[in-house]
Amino acid sequence: MNIHTEKPDFEGLSPAEIQEINAEFSHYEDKTAVSIEALKIVQKHRGWVSDECLVAVAGLLDISTAQLEGVATFYNLIYRQPVGKTVIHYCNSVTCWMLGAEQVRERLCRHLNVELGEMSADGEYTILPIVCLGACDHAPVVMVGNELRQDISDDAVNEILRR
Amino acid sequence: MEQMAKPLTKNIRPDRAFATLADYESTGGYEGLRKAITQLQPKDVQQWVKDAGLRGRGGAGFSTGLKWSLVPMDAESFQTRYLVVNADEMEPGTFKDRLLLERDPHQLLEGIIIAAYAIQAHVAYIFLRGEYHLAALRLENALLEAGSKGYLGKNILDSGFNLEIILHTSAGRYICGEETALLNALEGKRANPRAKPPFPLVSGLWGKPTVINNVETLCNVPHILHYGIEWYRSLALGADQGTKLFGASGRVKNPGLWELPMGTPIREIIEEYAGGMRDGYKLRGFLPGGASTDFMLPEHLDVVMDFDAIAKAGSRMGTGTLIILDDLTCPVQMVLNLEEFFAQESCGWCTPCRDGLPWTVTLLKDIIAGQGRMEDLDALSGLTRMLGPGNTFCALAPGAMEPLQSALKYFREDFERYITGNNAVMESV
Ligand SMILES: Cc1cc2nc3c(=O)[nH]c(=O)nc-3n(C[C@H](O)[C@H](O)[C@H](O)COP(=O)(O)O)c2cc1C
Ligand code: SF4
Ligand code: FES
Repeated sequence: MNIHTEKPDFEGLSPAEIQEINAEFSHYEDKTAVSIEALKIVQKHRGWVSDECLVAVAGLLDISTAQLEGVATFYNLIYRQPVGKTVIHYCNSVTCWMLGAEQVRERLCRHLNVELGEMSADGEYTILPIVCLGACDHAPVVMVGNELRQDISDDAVNEILRR
Repeated sequence: MEQMAKPLTKNIRPDRAFATLADYESTGGYEGLRKAITQLQPKDVQQWVKDAGLRGRGGAGFSTGLKWSLVPMDAESFQTRYLVVNADEMEPGTFKDRLLLERDPHQLLEGIIIAAYAIQAHVAYIFLRGEYHLAALRLENALLEAGSKGYLGKNILDSGFNLEIILHTSAGRYICGEETALLNALEGKRANPRAKPPFPLVSGLWGKPTVINNVETLCNVPHILHYGIEWYRSLALGADQGTKLFGASGRVKNPGLWELPMGTPIREIIEEYAGGMRDGYKLRGFLPGGASTDFMLPEHLDVVMDFDAIAKAGSRMGTGTLIILDDLTCPVQMVLNLEEFFAQESCGWCTPCRDGLPWTVTLLKDIIAGQGRMEDLDALSGLTRMLGPGNTFCALAPGAMEPLQSALKYFREDFERYITGNNAVMESV
């Protein structure tokens, strides 16, 4: 017997988000499997996944909020806090570390006057570390939004932040 | 000639961003599929790939044809089978699958369709790491192209065989590349590995028989079918078969990725293809196949890139992308960087790994900070045993211990110098 009388609340989500999430259902055996896609869809629309959205997505997928929270926090690319419009990920894995990842991080953070994970004052950027981006032959490497940028020099950092 | 010697990269050319369907077809693309699906039975395709001697390129080197032949094909109750493509490439120092995904997506699709036919799977998932945005775009586009030409979907090439391929993009976590964790991730659960047995071949995705193969593995398959077993077995130089993408990163003159015969000597890769060390740097050692492989030394340069040859030299071929350690980079700090990665990416499911990796990091940091003691080296050795094969739920922790155990063996004086150096300072105070 279902003792929950409260209706599941999807109201935190926009019709576009709900439609995109629904479209994913046909690709999998059950709704649970859509968890990651659903979180990524919400994040695409809003930049991050708030508590309110998490509850709404869990309602839509018919799973508990705790279960979805467990999935959301497992992944490096699901943000549970607001981030800048553009997230700059700098690779800190072995080859990039060897060839100057720390200098890249320092330069990025100094330019924007932020710590890792912080939003810049104008809301434009957040700097985060990321593991090997699969471009080690062009280390050091960063990902600006969705775009991979290789062989990062001091000039390249300046250019990325100027545009 | 060149084309036949480099089947995996023949369509990857500097003068074009990627191979379109027309480019791919112009060099024999989808001919392997045509042969497989119109002339061969699924069991024959399995046998071809087995006889060709293809071994998995995801790191473990398991025979691909043998893997396929272990899928239950007879029982009525096993009508649903899945093929899952492991495109989660996240092993530090590894950059081979991205090239294949971005520059020649149809080669992978053809490999998937043939593999699915061989195990009679009607749904295949590509599990792509979330950061590979360009690869996702190219794959989506290629899936549409292949569908519109009748290579994919219902009644493929009038054979009666149906296949749907679904692209799943992940959200960034190294453990998802472990095949049973990957299955949990695909099911939308926390990506902890599963207990084996049952093996995914029998009970995998949603409890159904599931084959999981690496991107590069599947990219070999169309060529085996198109050009034949004998041709494939003529490609390599040593005990293993075919060609492979080998790479080198670090302070070499010309870091990069090259398709070469299996059995190519490591010396040739480092000295000829990568152009040797940059001026002012000497070769101190290298990890032959990504972060979770044991260090090798300059004395191993004449070892060849074969699974068994590398194993005999005390390491693993892994992903075949070399990470070069030069003489001005501290091996202790390099190992710290690697262990920080593994500690961060551990899924936390089993105690030795969850507790042991952070402890490893702490010990290494203390040593580097000049606060280490000789006993710490014994403690690190103890950890390499505690987290070694057989003591943890999956291969992440044993993999993490490989660079550490070999560094303790080969670069012990570097560890000791931090410790004794510290003592000298204390004495002089
Ligand atoms: C921690 C961990 C991470 C792994 N990551 C990958 C990966 O990103 N890609 C991959 O193909 N195999 C990866 N593997 C190996 C897979 O578990 C599996 O052996 C492989 O996908 C099988 O494909 P193959 O037989 O074609 O090589 C990983 C293994 C472990 C233990
Ligand atoms: S060895 Fe590590 S990564 Fe593997 S299951 Fe145990 S805790 Fe998770
Ligand atoms: S180590 Fe940075 S891209 Fe691989």
